[in-house]
Amino acid sequence: MLTYTFRRTLVSIPTLLFIAFVIFFIVKLSPSDPTGNLPLTIPPEVREKIRESLGVNQPFLVQFFLWLKQIVVTEPLHWMNETFGTQFEIGQRILSYQTRSPVMDLIVQRMPQTLWVVGTSYVVGVLIAVPIGIISAYRQYSWFDQAGTFVSMVGFSVPPFFSGVLVIILFSIIIPRESMFWLPSIYDTTHEVVGWESFKFQFRQMIMPVMVLALQTTAQISRFLRASMLDNLNQDYVRTARAKGVKERSVVLLHALRNSMIPVITVIALGVPAIFGGAIITEQIFKVNGLGQLLIIAIQGGDVPTVQTITFMFAGLIVLFNLIADILYGVFDPRIRYD
Amino acid sequence: MERELSAGVNTAGTSVEPVLSVEGLTTRFRTSAGHVHAVNDVNFALRPGELLGVVGESGSGKSVTMMSCLKLLPMPPAEITDGRVMFGGRDLVSLSEDELRGVRGGEIGFIFQDPMTSLNPVFTVGFQLIEPLKLHMGLSGRAARKRAAELLALVGIPSPDARLDDYPHQFSGGMRQRVMIAIALACDPKVLFADEPTTALDVTVQAQIIELVKDLREKTGTAIVWVTHDLGVVAGIADRVAVMYGGQIVEMAEVDKLYDDPRHPYTRALLETLPSAELSAGRDERLRSIPGQAPNLRKALHACPFAPRCEHVHERCLSQNPPLFDVSPGQQSRCWLEVDEDADVSHQTGSAAA
Repeated sequence: MLTYTFRRTLVSIPTLLFIAFVIFFIVKLSPSDPTGNLPLTIPPEVREKIRESLGVNQPFLVQFFLWLKQIVVTEPLHWMNETFGTQFEIGQRILSYQTRSPVMDLIVQRMPQTLWVVGTSYVVGVLIAVPIGIISAYRQYSWFDQAGTFVSMVGFSVPPFFSGVLVIILFSIIIPRESMFWLPSIYDTTHEVVGWESFKFQFRQMIMPVMVLALQTTAQISRFLRASMLDNLNQDYVRTARAKGVKERSVVLLHALRNSMIPVITVIALGVPAIFGGAIITEQIFKVNGLGQLLIIAIQGGDVPTVQTITFMFAGLIVLFNLIADILYGVFDPRIRYD
Repeated sequence: MERELSAGVNTAGTSVEPVLSVEGLTTRFRTSAGHVHAVNDVNFALRPGELLGVVGESGSGKSVTMMSCLKLLPMPPAEITDGRVMFGGRDLVSLSEDELRGVRGGEIGFIFQDPMTSLNPVFTVGFQLIEPLKLHMGLSGRAARKRAAELLALVGIPSPDARLDDYPHQFSGGMRQRVMIAIALACDPKVLFADEPTTALDVTVQAQIIELVKDLREKTGTAIVWVTHDLGVVAGIADRVAVMYGGQIVEMAEVDKLYDDPRHPYTRALLETLPSAELSAGRDERLRSIPGQAPNLRKALHACPFAPRCEHVHERCLSQNPPLFDVSPGQQSRCWLEVDEDADVSHQTGSAAA
């Protein structure tokens, strides 16, 4: 397994390089100007100076390899200097065109908000999906299964930018402010949890974004698990387990579920990077100033280094979770051995 | 072995208490297109230590009958509409699911057809073998493992202790079936249902498994119901044979009797389909087959289900389903020929076991 992981990690390096190049190429194709958002009073020759100082006028490949050197060498070294107090000589870090601050610092600032909302919603979504999937399959065509099918259909077909606005109208506008069911429509990222009251507030403001994102996750994963369970509940070994006198609970939750989880684990792992993409929109709706919002602002401002770095991080996540999915596959299915 | 028990004893009045007796068992499947009458009024009594062969072609209700005894069928769509399965003074059909669980795998073991799919691929063989030991014998930890290794040794698996930690995919088909047999025998069952245990195996492995079961039977004295469509297998191991057709037993006899003097036209036709060595040695005679198809069981049986394929069909066959007639000691046949020698209905002497 270790050898396999190592080999896969090595193989992912060219993949990531290729992805980085394609992203850079596409971002550069866009006609956006990093000085476009600056005040109109700035004279053209000053603008040109600014462009020059940002390095925008350099050849495309030079820019790409500079960025590559920064993300592969400079940023890790800087991180080591910060963490372990080492004294590596480091060059210029990746700077945002807009704020002139290091992109990594911006990402580190925005990460907790995104992780809180996205991470919680994914965990909540999976935790809801698993029992729904099991019960729907075990009681196929029951009212519970029908209701689950309906909710999944809604989750699949209603995009977050619609369901987000819908829950805001419902919980922030229709329900009066004094009601205990009222929820804030704007996520306050400056809020800090210090005690019970502030925790309650944090909990309340997370409900809506989490609800919107979890609906999608739940819809997908419960369907997958249901299909997988249905498949496995009809297998011969389930009959064998019953013929051994195994309790129905164990038949379903041990024998059938363990097998059903094999494909679902993959879906869950592969869904992690995808949910970051979904969060871009949800963060806009609820004004969560997380990574998604940073990316949107950077795109609008023609901030190539920021866009490039965040997108590359997402790509890295996809590659990473592909690897995790494959490893989990080997952990859950004894028939799969990588070494 | 109490082999002599089975010799010439009338099924209706056995001197020995049967270990399992199925009385009037009737199972139906409710489907959107109507009912399927899969098992119709099946009666048989299994004596201690006996091996009863149940033969019939696909769709004759052999497997469903066995599954019905332990209610292993999905209910719904299946339902047992009538009959009793007496085992140890209890009627298995009317037992609650909880009580029945105590019988399954404990007092009655089950072996299934396809060993490739009958074991759970994600658990070790040891785990699957220890499961019934925990549930029915209250063994755990080292004692359970020891017993599990003994069982694997019993079914002829080399280095049993090490193999407990292997997964099913690390075993060959024959070895997996041995594991299944070990699981079925784990708690010293009084009765073992073997549902076509050799059908999915190749012939040499088949022979090994049959030898193993014969051998285990000598050692444990377990009564076995062996379901198969292979008359050759049955001839080699069974004490008595029940022939099933259309969800009912059409003939029941001692194994020698059945092969020497088959009474039911279906049994005779079945035996004629067997390729024989003398036959194939000489001329290039074609294999015999029974023309027609297995009956559609969507309707309740109001006529003999074999009538459309029978050489001796006469009027009564088409209007009345025959009961089982006692034709000789220990032999029963469900055919009007037993009473209508010259299509004369008046002298019906056979006692209807139904």
